[in-house]
Amino acid sequence: MTLREIKELLDAEIVVGEDKLDLEIKTAFGADLMSDVLAFARSGCLLITGLSNPQAVRTAYALDIAGIVVCRGKALTDKFIDIAKELGIPILWTQFIMFEACGRLYREGITGCIREVLVEDKQRAQ
Amino acid sequence: MKASRVASARSWLRTSNVPSDEYLEGIYYVQGRDFVDAGIVSSEIKKNLKEKGIPESIIRKVAVVTFEAEVNIISYAEQGTIQYYVEPGSITIEAKDIGIGIEDIELAQQEGYSTADDSIREMGFGAGMGLANIRKYSDEFEITSVPKEGTYLRSTIYVNGK
Amino acid sequence: MTLETIVDELGLKCKCCWEKLKREVTGGYSGDLLSDVMGNSSSGDIWVTRQVHLNIVAVASLKDHAGIVIVQGAKPDKDTLEKAQKEGIPIMVSDLSEFEVVGKIYHLMHYAQ
Repeated sequence: MTLREIKELLDAEIVVGEDKLDLEIKTAFGADLMSDVLAFARSGCLLITGLSNPQAVRTAYALDIAGIVVCRGKALTDKFIDIAKELGIPILWTQFIMFEACGRLYREGITGCIREVLVEDKQRAQ
Repeated sequence: MKASRVASARSWLRTSNVPSDEYLEGIYYVQGRDFVDAGIVSSEIKKNLKEKGIPESIIRKVAVVTFEAEVNIISYAEQGTIQYYVEPGSITIEAKDIGIGIEDIELAQQEGYSTADDSIREMGFGAGMGLANIRKYSDEFEITSVPKEGTYLRSTIYVNGK
Repeated sequence: MTLETIVDELGLKCKCCWEKLKREVTGGYSGDLLSDVMGNSSSGDIWVTRQVHLNIVAVASLKDHAGIVIVQGAKPDKDTLEKAQKEGIPIMVSDLSEFEVVGKIYHLMHYAQ
């Protein structure tokens, strides 16, 4: 799915990254705990979160995450938006709760990305 | 490392006249409890390494290690530094802080063990994954701590795997 | 839809309060920030989280959740399970990610009947 289709599906606004709406998304990771994202999420996935502080953007940047969906219409600060622009992370903003957002994306065939990490770990251990 | 090179993370790379060879090493000051800028050191180091053409998968590991080290300092220390240096075949990160230290290092490395308070949890951290993450992404990992004094952490990531 | 159906369909492991699995689930909520869940979830929700801390039971109990699903293979603390047993909040666990657990439950709730 493209970011543009996800925007439609989640009835979202594109706050940052209008130029990246054609980006193809295959996997997603839903979490509010950034350490979990750092531990398990894969580069290229879509992060669905209720966290709208600068750390969320910096976490996404650290892992080359494709974009962030901020749920529940959580207020975005100027700082959050500025950092997302600076680091080039697209931000979608939806009124849906994380449960609804993840549910809809899963329904459309987006997959979770935790298992691949385990595979990578196993390969590393061998 | 000369003390004069320790500058605030905010100002350090805003000064565009940093000689390019310095992108291969750097030291950043981290202020305890300054959650607003948590992650900024990690972002800056990542940017520097990108400019050096280091493989993305390696940079991601460095970014995660520095991010978690930074959050640890902010959460548990008064102040600290994060330093990185690129050597042939590897990148090493050192994090040092003056703070409460760690009573039981083995326990602190267990996934899920945390002494974080609610303010840290509400920022999306404090789930007890920090040190476990650092160890997971490191090829070499060392941590020592003196309770009530501070903590020293070193992580090395090999460019071509182990 | 009952908790039991969700447990069966997703292969969740129930860690306590099996006797409450007949309860009807009326909605879902996912999130790891307790203040958020406290503020925005509803009675009868199944709460999907990877928090394992004791305080999740207090939140679920106050908000009258149908149950808690702890994801990503995280293990609930012993205190958490003891308190959940006392408060009558079923705790279930899954190795799947939060995204997948939510996706599967959402699918069951909306399309399975």
